[in-house]
Amino acid sequence: MALTEDTETTDSGQADDGLVGDASRVTGIDNAVLRMSEAEVAALTQETTDEFGDSKMIINMGPSHPSTHGVLRLMLEMEGETVLRSKPIIGYLHTGMEKTGEQLTYLQGCTNVTRMDYAAPLFTELAFSLAVENLLEVEIPDRATWIRMMMCELNRMTSHLLFMATNGMDLGAVSMMIYGWREREEVLRFFEKVTGLRMNHNYIRPGGVAADLPDGWQEDVLGLCDLIEPRLEEYDILMTGQPIWRERLQGVGVINEAECLALGATGPLLRSAGSSWDLRRDMPYLAYDDVDFDVIIGTYGDSFDRYAIRLNEIRESIRIVRQCVANMPKGDYRVQNKKVTPPPRARIDESMEALIHHFKIFTEGFKVPEGETYAAVESPRGEVGVYLVSDGSSTPARMHVRAPSFVNLQTLPHLMHGGLLADAVAIISSVDPIMGEVDR
Amino acid sequence: MSDVATPDEELVEEETVEPEPELHGAPVTVVAGQNVLHATVETYPELLANLQAEAFGQVVDLCGVDYLLGGRSDVPASIETKRFEVVVNLLSHAKRERIRVRAQVAEGESIASIFDLYPGTEAMEREAFDMYGIDFHGHPDLCRILMPENWQGHPLRKDFEVGRIPVQFKAAPRQG
Repeated sequence: MALTEDTETTDSGQADDGLVGDASRVTGIDNAVLRMSEAEVAALTQETTDEFGDSKMIINMGPSHPSTHGVLRLMLEMEGETVLRSKPIIGYLHTGMEKTGEQLTYLQGCTNVTRMDYAAPLFTELAFSLAVENLLEVEIPDRATWIRMMMCELNRMTSHLLFMATNGMDLGAVSMMIYGWREREEVLRFFEKVTGLRMNHNYIRPGGVAADLPDGWQEDVLGLCDLIEPRLEEYDILMTGQPIWRERLQGVGVINEAECLALGATGPLLRSAGSSWDLRRDMPYLAYDDVDFDVIIGTYGDSFDRYAIRLNEIRESIRIVRQCVANMPKGDYRVQNKKVTPPPRARIDESMEALIHHFKIFTEGFKVPEGETYAAVESPRGEVGVYLVSDGSSTPARMHVRAPSFVNLQTLPHLMHGGLLADAVAIISSVDPIMGEVDR
Repeated sequence: MSDVATPDEELVEEETVEPEPELHGAPVTVVAGQNVLHATVETYPELLANLQAEAFGQVVDLCGVDYLLGGRSDVPASIETKRFEVVVNLLSHAKRERIRVRAQVAEGESIASIFDLYPGTEAMEREAFDMYGIDFHGHPDLCRILMPENWQGHPLRKDFEVGRIPVQFKAAPRQG
């Protein structure tokens, strides 16, 4: 298969060479970032002095541009068709979700954070729940852990399929858009069956998950795996080996490992530069210790590597999901800790105390001991982390989400520097930002 | 708020306790298995430089926190608490280890930017400035990032009320 020459898989245990983010390397090419405010740019365009005369111009791309995946706006300094400096301008989708998070109880918090990364909502829910559980010091049951892991891997598949679709659309492979959406919809249908919603599930909650898996879930999940696996081969035929596809992606938007580390980039962006770093393997959470999977890394750090990494990560996710189906433990799907868990529905009809308990949990919420914590998981875009500060009440004093897209966007000026405007579209697409979590 | 005003006798008692544990030259506490280093505005730049030399190659997160309403008992006695904190989460790929730095910043005080050490903090420091008004000196382009450029105030401060700007719901104007 054509893929093998560009990507390689590594097993676990490989030691890193202790590479430290070399800041001078990035600040050395500091001329990639356009550090100008809107007013300054406006003043420049009024003047058209000799120094900034006919050869260069500053143009705006977005915020409403079909290839910017939402409301990303880029200020690009152009010389002809070549991008010199650029600056991503964000905030168009800012709705103050971190402030909102301070008003909501820990139980309501998930409904808030799930709306950040709307393509992979379960991961932000998971990071939030892990952070709350850190503060509460509760251990969740095995079954809940494995359900979380399986649902997250399915979610990683949907997110990467969405990437396949939008990446294809941005580069003119419109049939890929339809195929990606088609497969994603199948998984979302399963999510709807389990959580009640296609997106914004509010399924993973502090203390476990919202509901047990429905009857017959094994057939559904294995059916999904059997459906999607051969389709990935079709994507390979459609895109991976195609000269046009390779021409558009190979050597476009190249970044190296030191730059990625210095700029804080994580996820497929970091792995494309050859860094073998995946939180699932290197700092395991949930039960990732107990499943076999490979971390996919690239060699060239270009857009093609990022595409190939995501395509192969779908295969790895399918591998993990199959192991989850085979090894799913029996037991509770949420912790039986009266402080955190509402009573079962049936108890409410027969017990006054259960009714009061239920009412208290959903109106006042539960109190979380004072302290601060940071929990991080590997989302399809990189490390999504939640920093929580509790003052001992039932709402967080501070809830900060470390959004991978927000940080990864900083690499855009470096990726686009010296490239063509037409390649900018391919590069934005290959970073795969979700503006919901960038702006929060 | 009520339990903040503890009498001074308690502080005197604490001085007799054995010296605080230190790591990388800063007082350290351990939270859920992670080391948390405490810094002041003065010790912060040197501490971060030390950490970079100790193979903490990546700053994964930097954010501000406002402790105006109190509720903080986990800071070592040698560090004077201030209104704001700048919280930096660092990651070492080589050691597979996380470390967190909490630096105390008073209102109106300026803290050093760590952009020169970790260029990836550019957007994060801009966000902390935007949300809390914390000034980072040495930052190449400290301006608002999420809020509009002409916005007044810093929305994540505890004295910035929720709902202070009334939202008006209007019916869509009728056509014709």
